[in-house]
Parts: sequence; structure tokens; C-alpha cells
Amino acid sequence: MSGEIKPDVVVDVVGENCPIPLVEMRKAVMKAERGQIIEVKGTHSASKKEIPMAVESLRLRLLALDSDDDGVWHIFIQK
Amino acid sequence: MSKVTIVVHSGDLDKIMSALIIGNGYLSMGDSCTLFFTFWGLRALRKGKLKKSRLGLSRMNMAGLGAWMMKKKMKKANVAAPYRLMEDFKALGGIVLACEMTMGVMGISKRDLDHHLIDDYVGVGQFVKASKESSNTLFI
Repeated sequence: MSGEIKPDVVVDVVGENCPIPLVEMRKAVMKAERGQIIEVKGTHSASKKEIPMAVESLRLRLLALDSDDDGVWHIFIQK
Repeated sequence: MSKVTIVVHSGDLDKIMSALIIGNGYLSMGDSCTLFFTFWGLRALRKGKLKKSRLGLSRMNMAGLGAWMMKKKMKKANVAAPYRLMEDFKALGGIVLACEMTMGVMGISKRDLDHHLIDDYVGVGQFVKASKESSNTLFI
């Protein structure tokens, strides 16, 4: 479902552990401009649950959340 | 938006990690966080301590052997080192306060501390102010 989404920024946190995926997502959101799309891709399973919580708390838009067969997830956020 | 204040009373590796991870968690969720370093917590702010991870464990330290094993395990699990967590904490707008009174008690001067990490040198009143503005206050 995220095939047609073109991110402006990609945050690669594959292999990173808690809390780095969450922290890197936040840093990218701080740097991004309003309307820009950020893709966060990672493998830490707890982050897959907590990043959408942060998106809600930060009042951003969660566009899509996909998982690959190899355990990599992709979260698309719009500022 | 809410705020958390954490009293960092311990200078042990595991407790410093907990304080920094919780702090970064709050900041990442869009909240604010103040870390109030006092007593043994101040020792973690001494020059080179965080950078070189020269901190012991609160339990099973075994004269540094336990801390060495913990650091090895954390590296293997790709857990961020305390200095990186501190840099992220600052980059996300976290506030670091150092308690001036306990600096005197612990024999630590401003010259001994990693000055660029510290926003201010304060007394208990500043802690009370931060805590009163917070929805949560933790003591670690």
C-alpha cells in the first residue's frame, strides 16, 4: 500500500535498538518541513509499535505501515 | 504536551542509561524533560566519564568486571552508548541541570565537569520549579 508514497527523507534504523529508532524519527521530524514525508525503516519490533504512538502524540499523519518478509518494517509519516 | 523531571542521583551505568532512555522517550514523543544531576549522578557528568563509558554497575559490578561485561553485551545487542544517548537528549532539547550544593559536597568543581552538556548550575528551588511544572517526577 505504500508503493506509491514518495518520501522526502528516509531514516534507516535497521539493526538499531530501543530508543534509537524513536529518537531518530523525532530528529528527522524536527528537521523536516511541514507537509514533507518521512520514511522510517527498521527491524526493532517494539519501535514498530511505539513510533505510531509518537506520531499520534506529535499530531503528525501516519500514512502507512508495512512489513517485509525479512522483518524490516517501513513507517511513512507526514509532518 | 507534558513534562517529566528526573532526579539523577546515581552515577551507575545502568541507572544513567535508564534516565537517558526515559528522557529521550519523552522528548521523542513531543514532551519535555529536565534531568537534575545530584550526588553520585554528578560523577557521570565529569569530563570523559560518559564518553569513555567509565561508569560502574549498581549490582554485580565486581570491581568493574560486571560493567565491562554489560558494555560488551550492550554493544552486541546494538544498544546505544550513554554518550550517544546524552547527545541525542541534548539535540532533542532536553535540559541538564547540575546541583551546585552537592558539587561542593562531592568535591566536584565546574572545571571537572563536561561543561557543554550542562544547561545550568542550580539549587533545589530550580528542581522544585521544574517538578511542579511536570506531570511526572522520577528519582533514579
